[in-house]
Amino acid sequence: MLEIKNLHVTIDGKMILKGLDLKVNAGEVHAIMGPNGSGKSTLANVLAGRDGYVVTDGTITYQGKNLVEMAPEVRACEGIFLAFQYPVEIPGVNNIYMLKAAMNAIRAYRGEPPLDAVEFLNLIKEKVKLVNLKEELLNRSVNEGFSGGEKKRNEIFQMAVLEPKLAILDETDSGLDIDALKTVAEGVNSLRHHDRAIIIVTHYQRLLNYIVPDQVHVLSDGKIIKSGHRELALQLEEKGYEWVKQEAAAA
Amino acid sequence: MNSTVIKHYVDQFQHLQKELISDQLQAHRQSAIELLQETGFPTMRQENWKYTDVRPITGKLFNTTTVDPEKISTETFDNLRLHELDCHELVFINGRYSAGHSILKALPEGVVIKDLASALKDHPQLIAEHLSGFSAAEHNGFSALNTAFIRDGALICLPPNAVIEKPINLLYLSGLNDQPFASHPRNLIILSENSQVTVIESYIGLNDSDYFTNTVTEVCMKQNAHLQHYKIQQESMQAYHIGSLKITQAKDSQVESHSISLGGALVRNDIHSLLEAEGAGIRMNGLYMATGKQHVDNHTRVDHMRPHTSSHEIYRGVLNDHARGVFNGKVVVHKDAQKTDAVQSNANLLLSDNAEVDTKPELEIYADDVKCAHGATVGQLDQDMLFYLRSRSIDENTAKSLLTFAFADEVIRRINLDPIRKRLEYQVIGRLPEADLIREFAA
Repeated sequence: MLEIKNLHVTIDGKMILKGLDLKVNAGEVHAIMGPNGSGKSTLANVLAGRDGYVVTDGTITYQGKNLVEMAPEVRACEGIFLAFQYPVEIPGVNNIYMLKAAMNAIRAYRGEPPLDAVEFLNLIKEKVKLVNLKEELLNRSVNEGFSGGEKKRNEIFQMAVLEPKLAILDETDSGLDIDALKTVAEGVNSLRHHDRAIIIVTHYQRLLNYIVPDQVHVLSDGKIIKSGHRELALQLEEKGYEWVKQEAAAA
Repeated sequence: MNSTVIKHYVDQFQHLQKELISDQLQAHRQSAIELLQETGFPTMRQENWKYTDVRPITGKLFNTTTVDPEKISTETFDNLRLHELDCHELVFINGRYSAGHSILKALPEGVVIKDLASALKDHPQLIAEHLSGFSAAEHNGFSALNTAFIRDGALICLPPNAVIEKPINLLYLSGLNDQPFASHPRNLIILSENSQVTVIESYIGLNDSDYFTNTVTEVCMKQNAHLQHYKIQQESMQAYHIGSLKITQAKDSQVESHSISLGGALVRNDIHSLLEAEGAGIRMNGLYMATGKQHVDNHTRVDHMRPHTSSHEIYRGVLNDHARGVFNGKVVVHKDAQKTDAVQSNANLLLSDNAEVDTKPELEIYADDVKCAHGATVGQLDQDMLFYLRSRSIDENTAKSLLTFAFADEVIRRINLDPIRKRLEYQVIGRLPEADLIREFAA
C-alpha cells in the first residue's frame, strides 16, 4: 500500500529525514518509535502533505501513485488520514459540517453521490459511541474549547467516520490518561481491517499494550535503524534507545 | 483647496433654495453652507482623515437626481425589500422619498414615523430643536453639506414608554440616474423615556452606477430608552458613501449598533456616542469587507462622560486584492466617569499581499477607577487551520472561504434579527470562492 524509499526531507533548509525506507501493506499496523527530534512527526506530516516539508530525494509511493506530488486534499480523498498530534481549534467552523463537507468531498472524488442528511446523522451517531465522545461537542466549532483528551477522541471519531485506507496517528497517545488511552485504542482497533493500514507514531510503548502492532520500527536521526515485532517495543521501554543506536552504528 | 467643488455646491444650494419652501430649517441650511465655505472638505492633513483621501469625491461635480421615485417600478427593487421581516419600510430612491413604495403599518398612539419632508411640515419645532444640538465644532465639510441640503430622510419619534415591535427599515436605493448625483439623507431618531425600537438603515446600489451618498443620522435617547440600530452599506462598487451616526444617551439608555459595510468604492462610516449619564451603554459590532480597489474607513468614538457607563466594541475587517481598510476607534473616559467599562477590539484579515489596513485603537482616560481594554490585530489565514481542513479532504479554495466566513461570522452571528443575519450571511458567502459549497455552513 505504502512504499517509502530513501526519503530525504528538509524543513527550512534543515535535513530531518535522511534516507528513510518503509513498506506498509494493507491490513498491517506499524508502530514508529524513536527519541525526540528523530523525525517521527516529520514523517507523519510529510505523508499528509503539509507545506514547508520539502522532499529533496527519494520516493513515496501510495497505491502505485506518486504521493509527493499530490495536494493534501487529494491525498485525503485517496484515503490518507492524519490524526494530528496537536489538533488545531477552528472557531466558527462547525465540527459536524466540516465532517460532512469532508465526507462529501471524498464521495465526489470517488464519483459517489453525497450522503443525505439522515444517512449522515445515523453514521455520526453510530461512530460517536465508538470513541465515547460527548455528543454536544459535535455541534461546536472544531476542537474549540475541547480538553486535550476530547481533541484526540475527536480525531479518532473523524477517522472512524471517514474510514481511510491509510491512517497515520501522530502521537495520539501523548497526554492521555489511561481511560482515554483505552478508549482511543478501542476506536483504533475497531478500524483494523484487512484493507486498511495504520501507522502509529508514538513516543511511548504504553499504547502498544492496547493496539498490538505487526511491526515496530525505530527511527533515529532521520532513518529507520531497526525493525522488529511487538517485543522490540518492550525492549525499548526497558533499555531505552541507546543500545539500538550503538548496534546500528556497529553494523 | 477644493474651491471648484464648493462653488458647485453653493450654486446648487442657491438653486435649491427656490424649490424648498422657507421652512424653519432655512437658517440651519444657510449657516451650514457658510460653514462649508469656511472649512472646506476634510483633507489627509487632519488627524481624523489621515488615511482617507476624499479627493475622488471632491474632485467630482455631482448633480442632483432627476429620477422621480414614484415612477420607478417596484419590480426594480422588490428583492431588496425585507419581505421576510414584518417591518415598516420607508423607501427612498436616489435619496428622494417615495410614499408610493413605502409600507407603514399601524403604530401605537403618539408614535411618529414619517419622511422628513412631511415631518418638517407637521413637526417643525421638534426637528429644529434637535438639529440645533448639532454644533458647528462637530461639523466637518460633509456633515455641513448634508445639513445645507436637508430635505429627505426619516423622522422617528417615540413618546415615553412606546415600544415598537416591528423594526423600521429605511431603504435607501440609489442608481438609475443618467448622471452622477449626490444625495444627502438625514435621519432623526428621538426616543423618549423607556421607549424601544429597532431601526435598519440600508444603503443599496441598484446598478453599477456612479453616485455619492452623504448621510447623517442623529439619535437622541432619553432615560432608559433602547435602540437596536443596523447600518447595512451595500452601495454600488462605483459609488461613494460618507455616513455618520451620532447618538446622545441619557441615563440607563442602551444601544446595540451593527454596522456592516460591503459595497462602495470609497466609504467612510462614523459613529459617535455620548454616554451622558450613569448606566448608559453601547455595543458596537462592525464588519467591513473590501476587495478590488475599495477603500473602507470606519471611525468610532465613545465619550464616557459619567460613572458606570459602558461600551463594548468588536470590529472586523476582511480585505482582499488591493483593498484598503481603516479602523479608528476612540474611547474617551472623562474625569467624572469612574467605573467605566470599555472593551474594544479590532481584528483584520488580509487575504492578499496587496491589501492593506491601518488600525488605530485609541484610549484616552482621565478617570482613575476604570476597566478598559483594547486591542487590534492584523493577520492572514491561519496556515495550521488551512492544513487541517485540507487534510480532511476539503480543497484549498473551499477551506480558505470557510475560514474567511468563520472570521466574518464572528460579527454577523451577533445579529439577533434572524432575517437580517441570514441575508448578510448569504451576501458575505456570496463574495467568497466556492460559495455554494459553504452555504450549508451558515445554516
